Amino acid sequence: MTTTVPTLAVWKFASCDGCQLSLLDCEDELLAVAGRVRVAHFLEASRHVEPGPYDVSLVEGSITTAADARRIRDVRKMSRTLVTIGACATAGGVQALRNFADVDEFRSLVYARPEYVSALATSTPIAAHVDVDHELHGCPIDRGQLLEVITALLLGRRPDVPAHSVCFQCKQRGNVCVAVAHGTPCLGPVTRAGCGALCPAYRRGCYGCFGPMETPNAAAEAALLRATGLSDEDVRRMYRTFHTADPVFIALSEVTAGPAGRPDDRA
Amino acid sequence: MASGTRPRTPPPALLDATALEALVDALRARGFTVMGPTVRDGAVVIAELTSAADLPYGVGVDTDAGRYRLRARDDRAAFGHSAGPQSWKNVLHPPRALVWSADRTPDGSMAGGEPARERRYALLGVRPCDLAAIKVLDRVLTGGRQADPVYTGRRDGNLIIAVECTEPGAVCFCSSMGTGPGTDDGFDLALTELVDGGEHLFVVRAGTGEGAEILAGLPARPADEGIVERAREAVGAAAGRMGRTMRPGSLPDLLAEARGSPHWDDVAARCLTCGNCTMVCPTCFCTTPEDVTDLTGDHAERWRRWDSCFDLDFSYLHGGSVRTSGRARYRQWLTHKLGTWHEQFGSSGCVGCGRCIAWCPAGIDLTREIDALAAAGAG
Repeated sequence: MTTTVPTLAVWKFASCDGCQLSLLDCEDELLAVAGRVRVAHFLEASRHVEPGPYDVSLVEGSITTAADARRIRDVRKMSRTLVTIGACATAGGVQALRNFADVDEFRSLVYARPEYVSALATSTPIAAHVDVDHELHGCPIDRGQLLEVITALLLGRRPDVPAHSVCFQCKQRGNVCVAVAHGTPCLGPVTRAGCGALCPAYRRGCYGCFGPMETPNAAAEAALLRATGLSDEDVRRMYRTFHTADPVFIALSEVTAGPAGRPDDRA
Repeated sequence: MASGTRPRTPPPALLDATALEALVDALRARGFTVMGPTVRDGAVVIAELTSAADLPYGVGVDTDAGRYRLRARDDRAAFGHSAGPQSWKNVLHPPRALVWSADRTPDGSMAGGEPARERRYALLGVRPCDLAAIKVLDRVLTGGRQADPVYTGRRDGNLIIAVECTEPGAVCFCSSMGTGPGTDDGFDLALTELVDGGEHLFVVRAGTGEGAEILAGLPARPADEGIVERAREAVGAAAGRMGRTMRPGSLPDLLAEARGSPHWDDVAARCLTCGNCTMVCPTCFCTTPEDVTDLTGDHAERWRRWDSCFDLDFSYLHGGSVRTSGRARYRQWLTHKLGTWHEQFGSSGCVGCGRCIAWCPAGIDLTREIDALAAAGAG
């Protein structure tokens, strides 16, 4: 029996490259990946480029220019399976802060010759432009999840990418809850698992870089955040950093008061 | 297991606190992996103890709904703290365990999961509420037709050193669940800590032959009736200092009648559905399988990890999840824990340790929810 080796392409849009680096950062598994797929387009790894179509495309970054809005359509056409990787690709990224501001003002302040810069007024996720088959969340993505999705796609099984809260992984890892035991603001209860509860393992609150979990409760989380001493504005800012343009986090950021009947004396 | 026979119960003995060193050393010398309380990251957690010096001497805790803080005690008590974020479930029914693995070979060989009896655990500092929780897990995971091999592999051969509770916390309610603060069985050794002035002593009772044997090797002296009585009084006083009370009466009936209560919406408004209550509960035992394959597809493993009825996938059947609302999921948890558990396993699933109250980031208190459901039903 002969089988053709599946081809893999990696694409960059508006992003910091950190998620692509997660693939190169797979170290021990990287050779195994390279042995199972033909890396046909991955500019960060090699200038060698093969023409499409590609079996799997990993897409990093958000759409911030008219040219990229056209390019992503071409990528979609050339890709059998398209997987977006990271908060930029899945939710617009940090650069979506512009969605709530005047991009022309930013441009005139930052660049000596603003007229050279051609950018859209908003930063939008890939799924706002083309159909996406799988989304991997996080800023950056978790390399374990990346390998899980690549492995599952190669074998034709469903990837194990849960949508429950970070708290699941936090307790399973044996972390001490930073909200309950230290009074630290934490978005873990409303944030999607996948990072392995990395920040709480180092006594930091979760800042929500994996985006919303499956059923976030805005008021209950607002009560938790307020009880740790955050102001209304702090709560808004906490949600609007890595998932600025995520409609669920935008909705959560508008709720800054908790439900009645909750003790607020933990700070 | 610890539930061995108690042929001739030796009379209670007395140990100086310094003898804890000898106790841990003796357990380790017998080949036990000693698990017990120790301080890490601002909480008393359960971890392997390499010596008694790892115990949280002089550490107390202040707890409330959604709140936990360590505090310095004005004595050197080793067990002067109420329940932390972990329980013995973390040792006996671990968050993630290998069930089996298989390799694609000419003969398609498969291998079993965890190597059986890799180590024998000594559980040091088991509170009576947590001892009751271990009995619940025994019933659930070994009481049916198929005993769970991961659990029995870790549970069999345990040596249990219980420590009666003289320091209940603000979220504790074991006395109203009938699980504490004292205990009379299920242990190999039971300690009662007495810290008073310059004195730091333990009254020790052996519950099994192995416990008596270990005790015989320690620098113990006979405990006179006076000090045994003092220990009994300290435990009795703890029963009156519980920060919470579970409402008396039949909770299965109350919960069955409260199925349609509007109060579930009230809880759901506060519930994060984050799953913390089930993770910290010493008896919540649900797991979900996790199939792992390597990139070649020639090696596959089935793991299992803790699951929670607060996860949407938990009730995923063909077409979608059955319990989608927070209301439905909280009701499922509480109704099973306090109600239908009786029918299924012959006891309550709750031992009154209070962990779900303290470690709920939203501070939801099941004793208050039960009171509210009862009030709503009566109204």
